[in-house]
Amino acid sequence: MHELSIVMSIIEIATKQMEGADASIIEEIELEIGALSGVEENSFEFAWNQAVKNTPLKNAIRKIHKPEGIATCLDCMIDFSIQQLYDPCPVCGGHFLNIKNGKELKVKSLVVN
Amino acid sequence: MCATCGCDGQDHVHGKRIVDVEQDILHQNNLLAERNRGYFEAKNILALNLVSSPGSGKTTLLERTLTDLKGQLDFCVIEGDQQTTNDADRIHATGTKVTQINTGKGCHLDSQMISHALQGLKPKENSIMFIENVGNLVCPAMFDLGEKERVVIISVTEGDDKPLKYPDMFFSSTLCIVNKTDLLPYVPFSIEKVKENALKINKDLHIIEVSCTNGDGLQEWYSWLKSKVLAPETV
Ligand SMILES: Nc1nc2c(ncn2[C@@H]2O[C@H](COP(=O)(O)OP(=O)(O)O)[C@@H](O)[C@H]2O)c(=O)[nH]1
Ligand SMILES: [Mg+2]
Ligand SMILES: [Zn+2]
Ligand SMILES: [Zn+2]
Ligand SMILES: [Zn+2]
Repeated sequence: MHELSIVMSIIEIATKQMEGADASIIEEIELEIGALSGVEENSFEFAWNQAVKNTPLKNAIRKIHKPEGIATCLDCMIDFSIQQLYDPCPVCGGHFLNIKNGKELKVKSLVVN
Repeated sequence: MCATCGCDGQDHVHGKRIVDVEQDILHQNNLLAERNRGYFEAKNILALNLVSSPGSGKTTLLERTLTDLKGQLDFCVIEGDQQTTNDADRIHATGTKVTQINTGKGCHLDSQMISHALQGLKPKENSIMFIENVGNLVCPAMFDLGEKERVVIISVTEGDDKPLKYPDMFFSSTLCIVNKTDLLPYVPFSIEKVKENALKINKDLHIIEVSCTNGDGLQEWYSWLKSKVLAPETV
């Protein structure tokens, strides 16, 4: 379950930033987890609840943005939304695609105190 | 005077405030992966990250390759395994330098483990470094190790819809090896279907069919390896 590694990295990044801001608790955390990022929601939830105990993120409110998957068909040069990496271009049915959006995996901001 | 702790308010800030972070969650892993990549490039080492489900034949493919190409190319191996040293022992038996990373509960290798392993292994210049990842088609997809190419292995006993079930792995690999073709007569597996499915996810994926048991297709794999070693940008 790589979601646990992901959560551990989030805790590390957030704790460092909190300390850098001379604060001791994190009240809110804003994340960006794209629809094509490979993070499974239930596993993430489970890992989160296990891992944030005894960390400054313990009681933090989470705001998660989930950018949708958007691909460009390199034959038709049009953009369209995709749910899966193997979705075809709706115009030509091809798979000659560039993923433009949806792979994000980021800590965007914190509210600290 | 500050109402929170009674200080004069000059040393630190109090109260709620927003910290802009904008940091990639895999940043730390990616940084170390780039460092590993730099190490490999400086020594002209071809690092390959081998990923598959458990039992697809990663270790068997390595055993064959290390034996068949002995004397033609220099190799060393990093074995990722959750518990045992079985795979490392099998590699060691071929006379190849090998180091074992026990990941315990961890379901993937990460760039820090590789960086650590490299310190003990000291691979030769101009060699090929095989990294056998933990048997798992999900987690290793997200963790760059600093490899030059990622090789995904699937066997014909696994079902030809595997690429669709684990798209991230096929998306992030450059070569797909379809192994155990000797078993094709006994299983409902279509080579055409698996190719079609894999190419839907990654139009640039190179596919090689092999059987480690009877040796079919291995020459093509060896040619691929040699072409990568001799590629102008790595000389
Ligand atoms: N029939 C057949 N069996 C194979 C082939 N390659 C590997 N195996 C068997 O598949 C099993 C798992 O192989 P192993 O290399 O340990 O897989 P790994 O978990 O990916 O390292 C072993 O019993 C191998 O002997 C092949 O080409 N054909
Ligand atoms: Mg193995
Ligand atoms: Zn995992
Ligand atoms: Zn199109
Ligand atoms: Zn104060």
